[in-house]
Amino acid sequence: MPTANYGEKVMTLVFWLAAFLITAILAVIIGYIVVKGFSVLSLDFIFTPPSRAGKEGGISTTIVSTLYLVLGSLLIAVPVGVASAVYLEEYARKNSRFAYIVNLTAETLAGIPSIVFGLFGFVFFVIFLGWGWSILSGAMTMAIMILPTITRTSQEAILAVPREYRENSLALGASKWQTIRKIVLPSALPGIATGIILSIGRAVGETAALLLTAGSSLGMPMSITDPARTMAVHLYILAMEGISLERAFGTAFVIIVLILIINYAAHYGMRRLSALGR
Amino acid sequence: MNSIKIRSHNLNVFYGPFQALYDINMDIESNKVTALIGPSGCGKSTFLRSINRLNELIDGVRIEGQIYIDEKPIYARDVDVVALRKKVGMVFQKPSAFPMSIYENVAYGPRIHGIKDRRVLDEIVEKSLKAANLWNEVKDRLKAPATGLSGGQQQRLVIARVLAVNPEVILMDEPASALDPISTAKLEELIAELRCNYTIVIVTHNMQQAARVSDYTGFFLNGRLIEYNRTEELFVNPRDKRTEDYITGRFG
Amino acid sequence: MANYPIVQNKEKARGNVFSAGGFYGRKTPVRGKELWVEKVLMLSASLFILAILLITLFIFAKGIPLIAKTGLTDFIFNTEWNPTKNKFGIGTMLVGSLAVTLGALLWAVPLGLITAIFMAEIAPVKVRDVLGSFIELLAGIPSVVYGFFGLIVVVPFIRDNLGGSGMSILAGAVILGIMILPTIINISRDAIRAVPEEYKINSLALGATHYQSIWRIIVPAARSGIITAVVLGMGRAIGETMAVVMVTGNATIIPDSILSPVRTMTSNIVLEMGYAAGDHQAALFATGTVLFVFIVLLNLIINISAKAGIKNAHR
Repeated sequence: MPTANYGEKVMTLVFWLAAFLITAILAVIIGYIVVKGFSVLSLDFIFTPPSRAGKEGGISTTIVSTLYLVLGSLLIAVPVGVASAVYLEEYARKNSRFAYIVNLTAETLAGIPSIVFGLFGFVFFVIFLGWGWSILSGAMTMAIMILPTITRTSQEAILAVPREYRENSLALGASKWQTIRKIVLPSALPGIATGIILSIGRAVGETAALLLTAGSSLGMPMSITDPARTMAVHLYILAMEGISLERAFGTAFVIIVLILIINYAAHYGMRRLSALGR
Repeated sequence: MNSIKIRSHNLNVFYGPFQALYDINMDIESNKVTALIGPSGCGKSTFLRSINRLNELIDGVRIEGQIYIDEKPIYARDVDVVALRKKVGMVFQKPSAFPMSIYENVAYGPRIHGIKDRRVLDEIVEKSLKAANLWNEVKDRLKAPATGLSGGQQQRLVIARVLAVNPEVILMDEPASALDPISTAKLEELIAELRCNYTIVIVTHNMQQAARVSDYTGFFLNGRLIEYNRTEELFVNPRDKRTEDYITGRFG
Repeated sequence: MANYPIVQNKEKARGNVFSAGGFYGRKTPVRGKELWVEKVLMLSASLFILAILLITLFIFAKGIPLIAKTGLTDFIFNTEWNPTKNKFGIGTMLVGSLAVTLGALLWAVPLGLITAIFMAEIAPVKVRDVLGSFIELLAGIPSVVYGFFGLIVVVPFIRDNLGGSGMSILAGAVILGIMILPTIINISRDAIRAVPEEYKINSLALGATHYQSIWRIIVPAARSGIITAVVLGMGRAIGETMAVVMVTGNATIIPDSILSPVRTMTSNIVLEMGYAAGDHQAALFATGTVLFVFIVLLNLIINISAKAGIKNAHR
């Protein structure tokens, strides 16, 4: 049947073209920003604070702000997220209503758009608790946003720990919590780390929610109650208000490089995790 | 009158460095049921899957020798695999109804082979379901999802689906191993009826089943065809010591 | 918002819900401190519920009074948005959000689905792995970077080749489509991979070709997963903010072509939140309320039906 063969050949071509198109889109986006951004980059750009609203100078304060916000949100989200995962996987009973609701809530949280988190952070942390536009408000908001990622990946990592590990530990007379702390969590560490790395990626790129909760002040934050402008927010303002396209490229370049590193690290972590499962 | 439907000539099958079949020479008769027995991993399923070239789906498989159906080589360059598989139907161990209606399951084969006329399809569906002894149980709910059928019904549906493409040979790979005794009995009854119109090759673990349904039986061990004879001969007077050991339950 | 890994993990994670924790049984020694540990862990997990309750409560508390005052239908369908005259109707933004989302789905769903099939069924292992890491990367790029790229590449391209200002539904649809591709690809690929191998083998044994098996058996069997992928992609598109605000021009008008500028609901919030006060601010929260309710409902339906699906499959 020559017609059928012809149709299948066309189909094969379409499949490969789709894959090629996806690759091309990625290459163009990253390539464009890397090429245009690289010429802007210098040590000065990274280590000097911006001046004249970002028209001149570097991006040092936004790098520091980003760092503070990422660290702050991890400080809150990691303990809570991992603890929840341990509870859900190791303590909650099969078919427990509570576990079902928590899981469902996590899914729902993961689907809420960042602008809605921003609105919540604004009305709750900034206004209601009176923390103002600050690193504290931003980090708390961000923490809620990354909580589902950390819990999900930790749950998976814990689930991948072989059952025999637990059995052997219990057989040696260890208690449940000892088993979890000394055996389960260390074995699940690569997976948990992957979740944390992915969360860092999300926090580095987050814009909408932080604009509404951490503010957009360009100064160097001195305490957690100071407002701060992250790199992502800086990029948005530079580009949207047409302040400096050149510096926008530089900022986008730094963000992209960070994301590439984070992605590679997460990929590496995932591989470790799947090796453990085997 | 004896006529040979399938002839295997010096067939060797390798999975990477592992040789699964050694020099299989076997003539399978037309309109008879031929059973392949032997312990797990003896190569009987590999042989079965060589007959419709389904082995080729496995990475790293290498096939030497030849199989002839109606004296035409199936491992030749100009063979249309699709046409071969249309001619050689197969029923698998696990009943696997497609997630669509009963009707659509049976009509699937004819449709992909180009039949579009609704009335022709209706006819094929009815005929196939009747031939598979399933018609009476499902005729009032042809539009119902096939996944709602019991395991035994699903297996007969799979057979109806195979019959609908009008094959000449039907391969069965332990078709009853996932079924309860009553469903198994119905299936064996069906195999007995189908023998009149089709050449059937059935792999089974169950020696009573082989004895009940087949005309010829081949005993496989470690990738070799040890003994091949009329079923009553093989079970009553096995010539090879290893066959005797196996059928009397001394190993495997 | 690089949250694709969550999405990717969903399938497995959902399974956990029904297999959680039973391992240790009741006989495992539980000493004094251990009970206390369990309580603390449970408290952590409860924070999820607390968070969602607080979010709902505070956004509703700010948004609903204004919706009540304006009237729900008037708020949603009125096309006049004029904060200085206290006119708050988000009709134009509703149209804007829908137009951009629909535009994105229109091209990203077919491309994503074809790529998913390619990865699950056709691509050689190496190609599949490389493509997979590309898609991960695509998911990891922050939306503000997509917006920036759209602003400096896509918008000028449209302006120069198709006319208008370039800030348009089309620009938004192009950028949003790229952003939802990973969601669509990953979820539908997982769904296609989850189709039992027997279906394919049975189909091939009936003399179907590989492509016939794909289109007639495998893709239909993965249907519910593919629908989930599209719906979640839609949710992401509607909720996306930064990328859209940078490329769609943000005019509060009813668009008359795909080259018209539009303002989405999300853009409205981020553009005016910085200086809004009083009723104006409440109206932005009301916009957020509409968005929130819509997306949470979408997600709940998907999650609950998927969980029900797992239950059925295990029966």
